[in-house]
Amino acid sequence: MIRIKNKQYNVVGGFLGWFWFALIVIPIYYIVVTSLRDQSEIYSQNPLSLPKHFTFAAYGRVFANDFLLYIGNTLFVTIVTVALILLVTVMAAYAITRRADAGARAIYKVIITGLAIPMQATIIPVYYLIIQMGLYDTLWAIILPSVGFAIPITVMILCNFLRDIPQSLFEAMEVDGATEWKIMWRLAIPMIKPAIITVSIYDALQVWNGFLFPLILTQSSSNRVITLSLWAFQGQFTVDIPGILAAVVVSVIPILTAYIIGRKQMVAGLTAGFSK
Amino acid sequence: MSSVSKTARVATPHAAPQTSVSPTSVSPTSVSPTSVSPTSAAPTAQSHAAAKSKKTGKLHKGPSLWYTAPALIFFGVFALIPLVGVLVLSFTTWDGLGAITFNGIGNWVRMFQDPLVMNAFKLTIILTIVSWAVQTPICILLGTFMAGTQKYRAFLAVFYFLPLLFSSTAVAITWKNLLDPNFGVGKAFGIGWLAHNWLGDPKTALWTVIFVVSWCFIPLHSLLYQGAVRQIPQTMYEAATIDGAGPIRQFFSITLPQLKYTFATDSTLMIVGSLTYFDLVYVMIGGGPGNATRILPLDMYLKGFKSYDMGGASVVGVIILALGIAVSLILNKVSGSDKMESQMEGA
Repeated sequence: MIRIKNKQYNVVGGFLGWFWFALIVIPIYYIVVTSLRDQSEIYSQNPLSLPKHFTFAAYGRVFANDFLLYIGNTLFVTIVTVALILLVTVMAAYAITRRADAGARAIYKVIITGLAIPMQATIIPVYYLIIQMGLYDTLWAIILPSVGFAIPITVMILCNFLRDIPQSLFEAMEVDGATEWKIMWRLAIPMIKPAIITVSIYDALQVWNGFLFPLILTQSSSNRVITLSLWAFQGQFTVDIPGILAAVVVSVIPILTAYIIGRKQMVAGLTAGFSK
Repeated sequence: MSSVSKTARVATPHAAPQTSVSPTSVSPTSVSPTSVSPTSAAPTAQSHAAAKSKKTGKLHKGPSLWYTAPALIFFGVFALIPLVGVLVLSFTTWDGLGAITFNGIGNWVRMFQDPLVMNAFKLTIILTIVSWAVQTPICILLGTFMAGTQKYRAFLAVFYFLPLLFSSTAVAITWKNLLDPNFGVGKAFGIGWLAHNWLGDPKTALWTVIFVVSWCFIPLHSLLYQGAVRQIPQTMYEAATIDGAGPIRQFFSITLPQLKYTFATDSTLMIVGSLTYFDLVYVMIGGGPGNATRILPLDMYLKGFKSYDMGGASVVGVIILALGIAVSLILNKVSGSDKMESQMEGA
């Protein structure tokens, strides 16, 4: 059924729709086309024209700057963080929804409070803790706080989905004598698999694109993640505009690939926590 | 609405079936004497229940609360302790490396006399309010537009999501170059004023930041409105059409009123979120030119990690926290029973 009001002329929406399209596409076109330009063309040519001589030299300079190592670091941080988040939050959400008693509700409330608080305002004590733990300038310094910060939203989403599992299924497994651990693995986790995929994507994006923790909690270039290397690169090669924009393109490609492969899941992951 | 009814509403569907199967269950309505204190006593009560159920062979209720321990440890160490920690540190002197010494309300007095803090506070309020006022109408219109089922709209929507894939760092660097007066996109159209040094001019820097913030976040918020518009019952539009209401009338009389809960939730997200825009502004212009875009999170970072004044930076941190919590509470009150809260209520 087609929406009636949209069948008619939606002039404002249509104008805004195409305008916004241009506003998205032009910047993306600009970074791609500029990254393929020769440095000497930057000032002389129209910024939106196709380059006279296509060159991938800028990409060569990016990879010569250890970008593969930075992508590897980011992959490691993202995978370990998401794995840890899933492990601890699935267990917590399972216990909270299965029990639904005063204790479980109190725990849920404490965790959920984190949603209303701008957590980034607490980076200074986080910095202090990481130093005290001896983790400063390691990839674990990014991983552990990222897990902590992701817990409220992840627990909330998982709980929302776990609540929809019919009680009778749990009871049936209990009657069969299954332990809670087994019920969690055999029943709860398979039933909420879509939710687990959604939160994984959401949390992975947050970590992959995170900047503040790496900036504050790491230092040496061997522990650099992709966002930080992007920032460092543009600080170091200020005049190499094609190089800087090539670095931007390289940093987006892994996520763009994921978007092309699983657009539906990705969109669900992007809006996770706001709509079920 | 009262909190009592809310608790009851949420508790019943989950508690009731369990009460019927398990004699040892502790439902919120019939709290047993052994588990009065929620957090501390609950695990004990649970282990009792587990032991009992093993003995009697009866069904017990759910897993041990110890299942929540790993999550609570992470959340406690990296969220709750820092939350208290930032308050404690705001009363101390610390350079980030050496010893921490207590100095009473010294930082607070100093920060309230600091013109940078006052400036940052003002800029943050402007950034928050203006970016909310700019983004919300566009998001509602764009969300309504995307909710249509026409093929070309779905095609456009694929592109709308692209900014969401970029990290703030990538967005910042992209726009920094795009807006450059010498080789940026302003030169492409041959319109003189477009090649203005938008980020370099203190008069336009903050507005440029607001523009880029909008570019970055409008797709996400439009998605939320799109979902909400799609949930409006089609019959309402059909009825309105029969009554002779045109599309504009329908938008104002049906679509907008139906979006009010989404509006409340989304505004909270947007406003609390805008208190912490750090990456974008820092990478794009680092708070400059001068201090034209030195908003609170930036002021905190620069004080702490560039001037090694962790005490002063913690004061700014506490101000950000207070602002965020106040906004959440006020918007919760104003919007009454918004979605966020009902989600937060049910355990």
